[in-house]
Amino acid sequence: MKYIDEYRDRESVQRLLGALRSNVTRPWTLMEICGGQTHAFLRFGLDALLPSDIELVHGPGCPVCVTPVEQIDRAVAIAGREGVIFTSFGDMLRVPGTRSDLFAVRARGGDVRVVYSPLDAVKLAQDHPERQVVFFAIGFETTAPANAMAAIAARARGLSNFSMLVSQVCVPPAMEAILASPRNRVQAFLAAGHVCAVMGYWQYHPIAARFHVPIAVTGFEPVDLMRGMHAVVTQLEAGQAKVDNAYGRVVSEAGNRPAQEAMAKVFEACDRQWRGIGMIPLSGLRLRPQFADLDAEARFDVGHVEANESSLCIAGEVLMGHKKPTDCPAFGRECTPTSPLGAPMVSAEGTCAAYFRYARPQE
Amino acid sequence: MSESPPDFEGYSCPLPLPPGDRVVLGHGSGGRLSRDLLTRLLLPALGTAAPRHLDDSAVLQFGSELLAFTTDSHVVSPLFFPGGDIGRLAVCGTVNDLAMVGARPMALTAGFVLEEGLEFGELGRILESMAQAAREAGVYIAAGDTKVVQRGAADKMFINTSGVGWVAPGQAISGAGAKPGDVVLLSGPIGDHGMAVLSAREDLGFETDLVSDVAPLNHMVHAMCEAGPVNALRDPTRGGLATALKEIADQSGVSIELHEKTIPVRPAVRAACELMGFDPLHVANEGKLVACVPAEASERVLEAMRASRYGEEACRIGEVGHGTRGRVTLQTAIGGTRLIDMLAGEMLPRIC
Repeated sequence: MKYIDEYRDRESVQRLLGALRSNVTRPWTLMEICGGQTHAFLRFGLDALLPSDIELVHGPGCPVCVTPVEQIDRAVAIAGREGVIFTSFGDMLRVPGTRSDLFAVRARGGDVRVVYSPLDAVKLAQDHPERQVVFFAIGFETTAPANAMAAIAARARGLSNFSMLVSQVCVPPAMEAILASPRNRVQAFLAAGHVCAVMGYWQYHPIAARFHVPIAVTGFEPVDLMRGMHAVVTQLEAGQAKVDNAYGRVVSEAGNRPAQEAMAKVFEACDRQWRGIGMIPLSGLRLRPQFADLDAEARFDVGHVEANESSLCIAGEVLMGHKKPTDCPAFGRECTPTSPLGAPMVSAEGTCAAYFRYARPQE
Repeated sequence: MSESPPDFEGYSCPLPLPPGDRVVLGHGSGGRLSRDLLTRLLLPALGTAAPRHLDDSAVLQFGSELLAFTTDSHVVSPLFFPGGDIGRLAVCGTVNDLAMVGARPMALTAGFVLEEGLEFGELGRILESMAQAAREAGVYIAAGDTKVVQRGAADKMFINTSGVGWVAPGQAISGAGAKPGDVVLLSGPIGDHGMAVLSAREDLGFETDLVSDVAPLNHMVHAMCEAGPVNALRDPTRGGLATALKEIADQSGVSIELHEKTIPVRPAVRAACELMGFDPLHVANEGKLVACVPAEASERVLEAMRASRYGEEACRIGEVGHGTRGRVTLQTAIGGTRLIDMLAGEMLPRIC
């Protein structure tokens, strides 16, 4: 496959590994933000090839993992209603809420459908005027523009039977929260390339300066990951703290302006709970007042949601980079992809799922 | 953000769900959930007479004769997909399950559940396709049954096929027979069937020129057994190559090491998998097999595969080893190592 094979080339990776090895003089702890990057490290076995002085900790960039349990409980409540077609990205169906997941709602007769684009949900609403179509708008800045477009399209088509259960989150506030934590170990970030493709990386300069932490905008293929690591380690060794773009083939400083405009038209910043982590101020997006009539939370009064989380799993510590999945006593025992205790074991981008799938220690 | 950072002490985490009280789609994925269903409910209730090995077919002994016996239900949607249809699938699925235990398929039965409103034209085309696949495999359809259910009670049509086959003395093959030192052979590129069917579903909106690999493999298996001993055999259907090899490693109590670079995947399958976030190793095949063969016989067996109509692109993809029992690892293209596991539940497209 052109444009992928050259970024999975063994020689290029080995060359960059050599450069990294000769560059490192002491231990450094790096965090890759995005769950897609975590999976790439483990799927290609790249983590095991790194110099032993480089420790990778894995970030919170898994949209399924950080969607708060209250929102999943609300989704489950709405999806079970008569006359509702509940639409969601596929990954979300398996994430446990307090008592149920969306798969179980479907098994009980609820009309829960996987869509591949939020605009498919808008089309469903158009095709089924007698039904209420709800779309579960979750994710980071990567999904926000398309989800905003769905709101704009529904408005333009005058659809009164379309609404969105919104649980959007943003990366920079989470990075600040991680760095501000008293137990922070992260010394440099590999920023999430696809988020930056949308948002650019102008937002990261103040973070790099304020916390004196190097940041490299990083892609998802082995060569991309190596370039990102090489960039931040070079900075760390030189005592610098700035933003490098190691994913220039996709990302520009300003990002995708029309996408940002669509987001800004539909969404505004709000405080948001992150599952397993807690409330991070101004880390979420919600519908602006002009789009409030599309808000599924208001349209379907689901009442008070009593969400319960246990202290058994350590997802929060994993998402903050304090611990590795293998530090969890439940990992691979009580907690597996078929009976997940925590969301990171569920998602295709979850850190625990990546460890379970690609790097489980000897049983 | 505010001046006082949020307190991250005492993180909370999702509660475990109570044990599910219902069947979910993932129970039919062919992976780990399917195995759970089998071991928790089906085997305790019905498995008293089942043989120890959960192979693709049961092998029953009648005096000195060995008879392979199996059944398979087909519920594919849409009924027609690039490269095949539910009828060809129903015949090949059961023929291949018989072939995987070393049997020569003899006869099949066909049970049809038809939904009210199904067009005769569609049914006719599917029956003709079944007949053609049966001719190609050299089996006949010896008995059948038809039921019709109300509109909405089935998705157009479901087909069950059962089959019997004769196993030559000393020729029975099992997933439990792989031995350290064996070579792992694969009959061709993986993932064609799963991605062809997916691309035929309307809601996805991607177009490819992929066609399903659905085919009867019994003639190839026969040629392979003539060429040299075959220690273990599986057709990587639902759950894909990863699940098939994990099953062999578990059943045989061996480790298996694969080399990513040698596992053939068509560019269109790779591209579609990249797009959807699927691993080609987990995508279904309906006309491929994977075999563990003693090293000294491997070239002969490989030749026999390549001389067969459905094995022209056969290749060596790995070795059976002495490592941790049941552990399957992959040497990645960039020189790293990772674990291979069976599919957990349903394959779900990723979010971003």
